[in-house]
Amino acid sequence: MTQSRLRPTWLVAGVVAVAATALAGLVVGPAGLSPIEVLRKVLGLHTHLSTQQAAIVDQIRLPRVVLGLLVGATLSVCGASYQGVFRNPLADPYLLGAAAGAGLGVTVVIVGAADGAATPAFAPAAAFIGALGAVALAYVLGTSGGGRASTASLILSGVAVASFLTALQTYIQQRNVDTIRQVYSWILGRLSTAGWHDTFVLLPYAVITWAVLLAHRRTLDVLAVGDDEATTLGINARRSRLIVITAASLGTAAAVSVSGLIAFVGIIVPHTVRLLFGRSHRVVLPLSLLFGGAFLCLTDLLARTLSSPAEVPIGVVTAFFGAPFFVFVLRSSRRMGVTA
Amino acid sequence: MKKTIAAVVVALSVLTACGSSSKTAKSSSTTAPAATPKRIVSMSPTATEMLFAIGAGKQVVAVDDQSNYPANVPKTSLSSYTPNVEAIAGYKPDMVVIAGDTKNLKASLDKLSIPVVDEEAAKTIDDSYTQITDLGARTGHAKAAAALVASMKSKITALTKDLPKRATALTYYHELDNTLFSVTSKTFIGQVYALAGLQNVADPADADGSKGGYPQISAEYLVKADPDFVFLADTKCCQQTEATFGARPAFGGLKAVKNHHVVLLDDDVASRWGPRIVDLLAKVIDAVKAQPAA
Repeated sequence: MTQSRLRPTWLVAGVVAVAATALAGLVVGPAGLSPIEVLRKVLGLHTHLSTQQAAIVDQIRLPRVVLGLLVGATLSVCGASYQGVFRNPLADPYLLGAAAGAGLGVTVVIVGAADGAATPAFAPAAAFIGALGAVALAYVLGTSGGGRASTASLILSGVAVASFLTALQTYIQQRNVDTIRQVYSWILGRLSTAGWHDTFVLLPYAVITWAVLLAHRRTLDVLAVGDDEATTLGINARRSRLIVITAASLGTAAAVSVSGLIAFVGIIVPHTVRLLFGRSHRVVLPLSLLFGGAFLCLTDLLARTLSSPAEVPIGVVTAFFGAPFFVFVLRSSRRMGVTA
Repeated sequence: MKKTIAAVVVALSVLTACGSSSKTAKSSSTTAPAATPKRIVSMSPTATEMLFAIGAGKQVVAVDDQSNYPANVPKTSLSSYTPNVEAIAGYKPDMVVIAGDTKNLKASLDKLSIPVVDEEAAKTIDDSYTQITDLGARTGHAKAAAALVASMKSKITALTKDLPKRATALTYYHELDNTLFSVTSKTFIGQVYALAGLQNVADPADADGSKGGYPQISAEYLVKADPDFVFLADTKCCQQTEATFGARPAFGGLKAVKNHHVVLLDDDVASRWGPRIVDLLAKVIDAVKAQPAA
């Protein structure tokens, strides 16, 4: 059942999932616009929508759908790569402290803004720098100190860096309680207020990340066997790992900076793909990309329609629906004799 | 994932602390102060405003880090979000005023025999009057408190008496932060707007009250609702202005933006249920009166 080749039908299924969720995301929403009119608008045809309704489609729904796809795809493919490179099923894109670093960066800017020393517009940049800085710190700490750095020491230094930065973030937060809601609004995910600007900021990083990670799908399969085996096959394990970690961290940092922290996607989507389609990274990476985008697009649709016209935080929706679904996949694949 | 859930829990508790307490706001005290208190510690910015407005300011020895009005309050670094019982006791208070007891502060102070008065987040403007009256009775300023309540009531009557009559009510959106958290008519803030004859577009977002009157509304719904007025109560926390509001996706076409009906509020005045409710109402009425009756 475990396959190492990517079957064209699976790829088609992934593309169909992306198209279907994007379509649903476009035509359904609290404003209750006519689906036909929305489609005509998106296709550039003549519509009977008012200027306001057209603005809802153009400036709110469309960028939100595109951003959901980009963020979901990026987090999923980064999660899959982290799991591969660390040979650890629990690895997620935030393993090396990206989330904690981003949270600290945002908190510093928001607190600074309240004192008039910064503007909230710096928050995404601060999140980006914080996330990358945290991963760099974890990497340096985990690989320095002589001897051969193991993936375990990297993970542990990631845990240490994340705890330290979280402690720092919490301390600054407690000293400035008046900004707490703003910080948590940001942390809980801000797809709900995203626009084209955020989408265009993320796009180049996402594309670079995808390209680098997908190009390393075979390398990741070799690394999965072990560093020594990789070396005998002529692969520089240390360098390959650094490239994959750098690319995955860049993508994660960019995603976090525009969307806030959306947990779960980076773990659940790659594992579901592994259970359903096979464990080879040649299968897992491209399909995680597609299904990750579709998954987040769908959960975001739920986030804005479940208690419409109120919003439900996206992190709540991804965990609430993602976890039971994952358990379902896990159980049914065991029944079919597939080992996870 | 654990972190996200923790964040959700914290965020929710923060929202609740902002005034969505499910219990009806009322004043209560476990240990009644024997005599008129002379060393009051206020852990609530609203209670601080009330105490100073009724002339009990001289009895207040310390206020929490969020209390910033009036200007001469004895501000300290005491935090009501992470209250430190020892630090509060250090001021040797004979009365501590809190707003909601999410941190079990009352139980800890009871052990030290320090009387605690809980003036929970008000749900109605009447709750505010009750709390002012209660604080007056407890601090020996009953007369001044009664006078303050009477003056607030008469000011509100004066402000609302000659509102232009309209065939259809004007609508509004009250913004708590730039992720579109808002209030419904079920909150005391919503009641202030109702006094001005305005209708809240956020009401359907928490029709059953399960969000405590503080829902986060979706952007496209707000564009569809297209309110006549936008009131920004996030000018301090989030530095929002008419320009930043109008620059958000699809908001540039809103009636309120085009007609310059985006009203900037002081975050504090628009979130506390003290005597400055009247100032909030005056600001709202000013905006409403500027709009000619159709």
